[in-house]
Amino acid sequence: MINTINYIRKSWNMAYKTSIRNIAYSFTDLKDLMAKASPFRSGDALAGLAAETYHERVAAQFVLADLPLKVFLSEFVIPCEEDEITRLIIDTHNKAAFGPIDYFTVGEFRDWLLSDEADAYSLAALASGLTPEMVAAVSKVMRNQDLIAVANKCEVITAFRNTIGLKGRFSTRLQPNHPTDDPRGIAASIIDGLLYGSGDAVIGINPATDNPETVLKLLQLIDRLRQHYDIPTQSCVLTHLTTTLELIRQDAPVDLAFQSIAGTEKANSSFGVNISLIEEAYQATLELNRGTEGNNVMYFETGQGSCLSANAHHGVDQQTCEARAYALARKFKPLLVNSVVGFIGPEYLYDGKQIIRAALEDHFCGKLLGLPMGVDICYTNHAEADQDDMDNLLTLLAVAGCTFIMGVPGADDIMLNYQSTSFHDALYIRKLLGLRPAPEFEDWLVKRGIFDRETGVLQDKRKGLLNVMNF
Amino acid sequence: MGALKNRFVKNDLYSDLKQFTQARIAVGRAGCSMPLNELLEFKMSHAHARDAVYSELDLQLISNELKVIDMEHYILKSKAINRSSYLSRPDWGRNLSDESFQSLKIYPRKGYDVSLVLADGLSASAINQHALPLLHELVPQLGEMGYTLAPLILVQNGRVAIADQIASLLQASLSIIFIGERPGLTCPDSMGAYLTYDPKPGLTDESRNCISNISVQGLDYITAAERILYLVNESMSRKLSGVLLKEISGGQEKEEDKRLT
Repeated sequence: MINTINYIRKSWNMAYKTSIRNIAYSFTDLKDLMAKASPFRSGDALAGLAAETYHERVAAQFVLADLPLKVFLSEFVIPCEEDEITRLIIDTHNKAAFGPIDYFTVGEFRDWLLSDEADAYSLAALASGLTPEMVAAVSKVMRNQDLIAVANKCEVITAFRNTIGLKGRFSTRLQPNHPTDDPRGIAASIIDGLLYGSGDAVIGINPATDNPETVLKLLQLIDRLRQHYDIPTQSCVLTHLTTTLELIRQDAPVDLAFQSIAGTEKANSSFGVNISLIEEAYQATLELNRGTEGNNVMYFETGQGSCLSANAHHGVDQQTCEARAYALARKFKPLLVNSVVGFIGPEYLYDGKQIIRAALEDHFCGKLLGLPMGVDICYTNHAEADQDDMDNLLTLLAVAGCTFIMGVPGADDIMLNYQSTSFHDALYIRKLLGLRPAPEFEDWLVKRGIFDRETGVLQDKRKGLLNVMNF
Repeated sequence: MGALKNRFVKNDLYSDLKQFTQARIAVGRAGCSMPLNELLEFKMSHAHARDAVYSELDLQLISNELKVIDMEHYILKSKAINRSSYLSRPDWGRNLSDESFQSLKIYPRKGYDVSLVLADGLSASAINQHALPLLHELVPQLGEMGYTLAPLILVQNGRVAIADQIASLLQASLSIIFIGERPGLTCPDSMGAYLTYDPKPGLTDESRNCISNISVQGLDYITAAERILYLVNESMSRKLSGVLLKEISGGQEKEEDKRLT
């Protein structure tokens, strides 16, 4: 290579410099380099972190590619004394697992990931040796097809009442939201979803209110349905962890504890959580011991831009912040992690192109770090995106081996007012790629006459669940 | 919409479930996919929502109607010069343009109880439809209660927090901004009202109280005005707003009002 690229280490302060085609570039520190190397998105521009020009971005990618992975173990984008997530990342790093690749640069890491040496087995063994910043860095020098190819090699399996993440399987969260939490409205959407084969990842309601009594009623509703029809799946009402903890104390039927999380202590604090609160909820939910196939009891949601939105990003780009949230998630061995990628709005991800890129990054980073990664393939009405963009993303993510997506009636969430994927969308991709629901759930669908075992498609006449509305 | 039924569409046998929810359930299928009729209905809803995002304040109409109720008013602009910069730069939508800022700064009469602001937000058509009917309910009652009103400010490409700047320039104790909410597929033109005590730049959502979903399908003008008046009285007598007021007033504010633009 004719370009001279080097990074000059000055004790703990590093200067990242290069000269390419007689243009000199310098980046003030690791987080500046990471931000400038990020494929363009509106949130980084809003934060004033994005590269000024196209060529500055590529120059940053050149410098990042030559950076030894080891640097991420001695230089931190957010100082450990300021942030408990940084401390968690340092404390949980597995040096032995990192050993086989500890001499790699970011660029060599990318090439290795694409080589045949990186397979499901070696990637699983490596996961605990990777930090979120390493994974974010390598994603920044990868094209969409690289992100898809590598993520597809990962296999992350979790279980509660069914088994999620097996090769050849593709799961859905049934999302039956209703603007006033009306139990009959929610039940109607659940039945429609089940009859369309949706709900093996979880039947998960976003309540319109955090009121514990309402949440309890919704938990009891799904639990009654599940037991009555003997459905091998889990339920969740996506309320704040403190509400879930309160309900656990009242013996509510809590399968999974949910929480939105982000990649900095300050952002999590704006969500009203920290590591010790999550640990408390994790232990309390584990003790209920309601899983039959396994005991992964946590459900986390994340999304690029949440740290910036909470003014808690410490000058770190939004994709790196997002990857840091996965370090927090994996501490609690979640059943499901969901990047709600397009929900945040165009000031963070402007259009279909940015949403698609971000979703592929999140799925890749999550999988590499060992998480059961799903994506809410979605957009709001003020983003420059439409259902065609979601079709593209759905197809790309399913090829990449995405663990699960949402199932929303007609893709239109009438409570949260945004568009996601429909029950039909999941059937489209399952049929196209020969993917099937979680095995226990698939057996149930066949037994109930909803799916045909041979073809994996819907039976013509399926009305076995209808008497349920009589309550 | 004409029925586009054909023999390739399989209907669901449980369409009676539709009575329980507005969600798009029991829509049937063509192969595994959405029937075309459903797909076009969805696209039409999305088209209305997109058009609402790009709609503009009908300044002439609003101005004329404000004259009818004898309301002094001024038209100002935010720092966002068009919709695309409005959508990608929330910080610009929260601040007045230099010219607008100066004009308000040199405005001679200062010191009021309540400053009213109308902003397009994410749906100018919501403001075009709902702002005046609501003001017809609200303004006379505010007057009867003895509150002094600052001149009403109409803002193009404004976000909620721009009312902080406006009201602090006018030295008002309380600001109420009426703003177009993010359009949904079910309702592309609902309006929200955000109330802030002691408004000044730099405040965040926790300092505000919100009445949302003012629309034909949602909250009607009379109820919305009642709720706003209740909040105004509580806020002015307790000299606070936001989370603290919500706790004191015991959940008068509906939970759905948490959706912010």
